Amino acid sequence: MTPVQRTVTKTLFALMMMVGFTIALVPLYDVFCNITGLNGKSASQPRAIVSGEIDESRYVTVQFITRTGSGLPWRLTALDRQVRVHPGQAYEVRFAFVNHGKTASRGRAVPSVSPSEASLHLRKITCFCFQEQRLEAGERLELPLMFQLARDLPENVHSVTLAYTLYPAADDQLSSSVIALTQGGGA
Amino acid sequence: MAPQSPPKATLEHSQSASGSATADGFQEEHHYRSGPLRWLLTTNHKEIGSLYLIFSLAMFMIGGAMALVIRLELFQPGLQMIQPEFFNQMTTMHGLIMVFGAVMPGFVGLANWMIPLQIGAPDMALPRLNNFSFWLLPIAFTLLLSTLLMPGGGPNFGWTFYAPLSTTYAPPSTTFFIFALHMAGISSILGAINIIATILNLRAPGMRLMDMTLFVWTWLITAFLLIAVMPVLAGVITMMLLDINFGTSFFNAAGGGDPVLFQHLFWFFGHPEVYIMILPAFGIVSVIIPTFARKRLFGYASMVYATAAIAILSFLVWAHHMFAVGLPLVAELFFMYTTLLIAVPTGVKVFNWITTLFRGEITFETPMLFALAFVVLFTIGGFSGLMLAIAPADFQYHDTYFVVAHFHYVLVPGAVFSIMAAVYYWLPKWTGHYPDERLGRWHFWLSVIGVNLLFFPMHFAGLAGMPRRIPDYALQFADFNMASSIGGFLFGFSQLLFIWVVVKCVRGGVKAPANAWDGATDLEWTVPSPAPLHTFETPPDLRDFKFH
Repeated sequence: MTPVQRTVTKTLFALMMMVGFTIALVPLYDVFCNITGLNGKSASQPRAIVSGEIDESRYVTVQFITRTGSGLPWRLTALDRQVRVHPGQAYEVRFAFVNHGKTASRGRAVPSVSPSEASLHLRKITCFCFQEQRLEAGERLELPLMFQLARDLPENVHSVTLAYTLYPAADDQLSSSVIALTQGGGA
Repeated sequence: MAPQSPPKATLEHSQSASGSATADGFQEEHHYRSGPLRWLLTTNHKEIGSLYLIFSLAMFMIGGAMALVIRLELFQPGLQMIQPEFFNQMTTMHGLIMVFGAVMPGFVGLANWMIPLQIGAPDMALPRLNNFSFWLLPIAFTLLLSTLLMPGGGPNFGWTFYAPLSTTYAPPSTTFFIFALHMAGISSILGAINIIATILNLRAPGMRLMDMTLFVWTWLITAFLLIAVMPVLAGVITMMLLDINFGTSFFNAAGGGDPVLFQHLFWFFGHPEVYIMILPAFGIVSVIIPTFARKRLFGYASMVYATAAIAILSFLVWAHHMFAVGLPLVAELFFMYTTLLIAVPTGVKVFNWITTLFRGEITFETPMLFALAFVVLFTIGGFSGLMLAIAPADFQYHDTYFVVAHFHYVLVPGAVFSIMAAVYYWLPKWTGHYPDERLGRWHFWLSVIGVNLLFFPMHFAGLAGMPRRIPDYALQFADFNMASSIGGFLFGFSQLLFIWVVVKCVRGGVKAPANAWDGATDLEWTVPSPAPLHTFETPPDLRDFKFH
């Protein structure tokens, strides 16, 4: 090999490393978000309630925000817009899905927790966001969310916002299983 | 001042000049190809360098015309000339063409012309690859420009093409935009490989790495940056392509993706990219200022280390473009401090340039004027960058005209002025004639006045709260915008003068000797002007050459 060929080989190797690094960044980002709880990614996985004492001395305000993404004629309403909770205690709140469209359709609510340091301490036992919903035309569906704020929630957090955005889900079985797979990293 | 007569330095190294004269005779016999295919098939670094520079100038004029459309619409509040949809296409295409079509190929053209001459190499290490990387560009940009004529129009999501605006809500032509950007990226990567292979292997005997000119050094580091980040750009646009056409959800929250991931990936490419557009400019200025100050460059080694430090830090600052996206406090602080840290090596550079000028025998020929304007105006852009780096303040500046003012100060009187300085500086070597000094000065003063009238009021408009990328604006911004538009037209039309100077210089003018500038000591000034098609066929022996 001539020196030029050797340099070019090394450069191409570095180039391939960077291509691999770029591809790896996508799963790494998910891992990073899961560990740190950023972007509310961890909010879409069910987790067990931590039993133990309830911190009666402390109140945290939990607010619920709902939004509908484009392309889905649905409405999602939080029946309890705001609750005051004690860390450690489990609560149930209810949400109503309404399909205003003329046909049956499928949708999925994607959660996000803010501030992000709270997302690791927000534990959900049941949530409609764990799977897709299918609503007939005009159907109304009430679904529960059962959650607990763990006692180790940082002291400086006084209010937590849980936002749900509704997105259309593709109407065939194949794509929903694909979605379940891509959610696998976070679910 | 009148051009200087050839200094003694030329005579000292006349042996390498005569060596290249025989090389000149050699090419007449074997390599000369006539007809239109000559330019299509050329593998000569000087011809390819010229092609790059001409292409860059053409793109600069097209992107500039788009900027003038934008400034025309913004001359007064209200919608007079164009519709918002077309306005968005103009801002997007202006950015894409200037970044990928004008500034980057301009620097690659200078690299092609000057790196072999400055290291005593006969040509680039991979001449045929060089031809391929150039010819990808006209194809890529023809395709990119053609999207403007497609149904739904061209890209309209800003040059940063944030998903999902560039995926879910994008016009159908976005796939062509992705293809064009892929080709431009491949061209940059191949160019970078070629430059690295040339610099590391083809230096003349006796030239160590620390003997190279700053222009060669900055390009070596830039080439490594290109190798590192162009694959990231390729990756991110491929993910966009998959999201648009193949139903994946990398950036689509509905399918489990994350739009913020797009911004992280984009700026992981994007921040080193802005240094790709400024490091060669540092190199050019570090070559021109010592020539016209008739002193050695102050702090050569510190310049090299500062360039390397800037390149390394550029990988640790990307999220300062995303302060408003909802980063945790720790991340805001980290990216704020790393960004502020970049001011240290940059400050070293500005200090060294000024110290080089200190007690120099300075003359103010056109290349020097542009280089000095670079130092002053780039530093202004650097300072507004420091203001933007402060995370709490950035929430106010984010997405306002203050950002537009900042990056135009570092890119126009920064990168673009440095390319113009380089063109005026090396035109005698390229054409054998001095550029018209009087016209050059007219060009300089009109440009420098125009550019400041254009971009300085944008700071105030931005601080007063005018958002970026809007075709219409509130009445209180009217005066700032009118001033900007007048400056824009002044700057834009004075570039016609630049073209005239270049054309005039190619056609004739005062003959330039081998060493065209009194005080120039680098290797390229030892070959005749104009540089023959083949130089340094026999490598010059530099063991006794006085570097810097």
